[in-house]
Amino acid sequence: MRTPLRITAVLGTAAACAAVLAGCGSSASSSVAAAASSAPATSASAVSSASAASSAASFPVTVTAANGAVTIKSAPARIVSLSPTLTEDLYAVGAGPQVVAVDADSDYPAGVPKTGLSGLTPNIEAIAKYNPSLVIASQNSGGLVSGLAKLGVPVLIEPAAATIAAAYAQIVQVGQATGHAGQAASVVAGMQQQIAADVKQAGSGHHDLTYYWELSANPFYSATSATFIGQVVGLFGLKNIADAASKPADGGYPQLSQEYIVTAKPQVIFLADNQAADGGQAPAVVEKRPGWSGIPAVQDHEVIGLNDDVASRWGPRLPELVAEIAQAVEQASK
Amino acid sequence: MGGSGRVRKMSALGAAAAFLVVAALVAAFVGAADLNPLATAAALIDKALPFLRLPSSLSSVDRAVLFQIRLPRVVLGALVGGLLALAGAGYQGVFRNPLVDSGMLGASAGAGLGATLAIVYLGGAGPQAVPVAAFAGSLAGVAVAYGTGAAAARHSVLGDGVATLLLAGVAVGSFLISVQTFVLQRSAPDIGAVYSWLLGSLSAASWQQVTTILPYAAVSSVVILLHGRHLDVLAVGDEEARALGQRPDLVRGIVVAACALAAASAVAVSGIIGFVGIVIPHVARRLAGPSYTSVLPLSLLGGAAFLVLADTLARTVLSPAELPIGVVTALVGAPAFVWVLRGTSHVST
Repeated sequence: MRTPLRITAVLGTAAACAAVLAGCGSSASSSVAAAASSAPATSASAVSSASAASSAASFPVTVTAANGAVTIKSAPARIVSLSPTLTEDLYAVGAGPQVVAVDADSDYPAGVPKTGLSGLTPNIEAIAKYNPSLVIASQNSGGLVSGLAKLGVPVLIEPAAATIAAAYAQIVQVGQATGHAGQAASVVAGMQQQIAADVKQAGSGHHDLTYYWELSANPFYSATSATFIGQVVGLFGLKNIADAASKPADGGYPQLSQEYIVTAKPQVIFLADNQAADGGQAPAVVEKRPGWSGIPAVQDHEVIGLNDDVASRWGPRLPELVAEIAQAVEQASK
Repeated sequence: MGGSGRVRKMSALGAAAAFLVVAALVAAFVGAADLNPLATAAALIDKALPFLRLPSSLSSVDRAVLFQIRLPRVVLGALVGGLLALAGAGYQGVFRNPLVDSGMLGASAGAGLGATLAIVYLGGAGPQAVPVAAFAGSLAGVAVAYGTGAAAARHSVLGDGVATLLLAGVAVGSFLISVQTFVLQRSAPDIGAVYSWLLGSLSAASWQQVTTILPYAAVSSVVILLHGRHLDVLAVGDEEARALGQRPDLVRGIVVAACALAAASAVAVSGIIGFVGIVIPHVARRLAGPSYTSVLPLSLLGGAAFLVLADTLARTVLSPAELPIGVVTALVGAPAFVWVLRGTSHVST
């Protein structure tokens, strides 16, 4: 029983990777995708002008982002992204060729035009240097919106998604604002399909499984079912040990006591910060923590090191995270 | 010190020791795991008295919670609190200034910079990188501040040079904090980890941490405690101390080094916990008078008890969630401190 389940899980993961790669593998494949969806083109500039031309009918477009209604007069030819998730969104919907600069933390897909720009402490002058026609960020810090408004540059603020639906809506909106509404819709449809398939594949024999989602060790921060990530795991019907510990003031991210984690006996532990290179703790380290040997997840080696980046973003690679969770769930409920 | 002073000192020390024992017992019996108190008591007595075998109904998970998670946290809290308060008292004596605490002279700022550098650049070096870097950073911060201050004091117009030392500490501290902020701005994903560290926490306490800092804690505490009488002499001024055959600069150097070592050991395992180092010595002074022969040991015991209680609150008020301990030390400590100041204002400092 176990082996076929494992194999289908692996196949599911592979399918998810393939789907994502098709959408946004690298800037090169994005160009190909953009070219395929518009007139034949031979150079990067031809691609962007062609895709702009193909969607010219939809501009000017007005979208309602977190900073209110934003009108974009014509297809933006020069986009600056200040958020890793939004960079992934842009490339997924086919706006990659229009992106001229991304912030220092944007690292996916490979080959993005990474700069020293900061989304946390943005410098208006440094952004203006790229002569952007659209700036997109996940937070309005340092007077970003008002500063760029003086220069006549529209800004979209797309904050961390609170729900899965909001993550989809953001991709759709990024598509609309950049002249790729059609491709954005198909990216979302592909994600939904992939996630639904993984959830269905995992079955429903594990609804009493409990899990602990570790955002950081020392102190031990977790995320409840009400958070974006909690909803993602909730797709599989797992029970979150952090729920009972949450208070309204913690915004769904309680700091758990180690005693509580150990006595709550989670059957699966997900590590969202396990890359040693970033100071995270890998599953092997977590399993050796003093006093943790009695936790079922540790005894059964169900301590799962997730891809940190995918687990902390809310972009087009969400199906990859779902596939990682699906695999863990199947293994734990074997 | 007359006979009544001696009685007062001994009774204050006895009270502080009793307070520490009570705090540790309370801390050992409460926690998110809701262990059965009788079974907990049986397990503790069984462990404490090896020749006595008491059966306890604690499950193996419960035993792990008690002996590997809760108890090391209580012991580490006591160590950290004691060291911070003792270092604060030592600094107050050395600098003849009641506003000084254990984080002065670049100690906290240096530790913060060290921890930030380790989190940002040495993530791959394993979980031990941060405490080692914080420890080294704290000591280096004090060394630079003290070195600069001592050099500047030779040309100072600010009297005996103590003020110059403190000002150098403020300048070095500000400089280190700005470097830390700069490094952090370059690495946004690490902000959460650094911020958590700066708020201080005992949540991952282990016996390994206890045994790691114990030697430094022991050496620094003994050195500071042995200098109570020297600090009393220093309190009247450098000239007078010299007239009494002391070498003020030497005493200052030794006590500052020991205080720096004590504070660095504490900060390495707990992050930055404020308020303990400044408040506890004042409470000690109110209880037993201004002599450092009593202020120092009282601070050690009182700081230990205070932090054990503060951490117990930190892990039980929102149970099973936790509060950052720095919030508790100030939130509970500040009003309590004002109450102590008001209630005993007739006692001379």
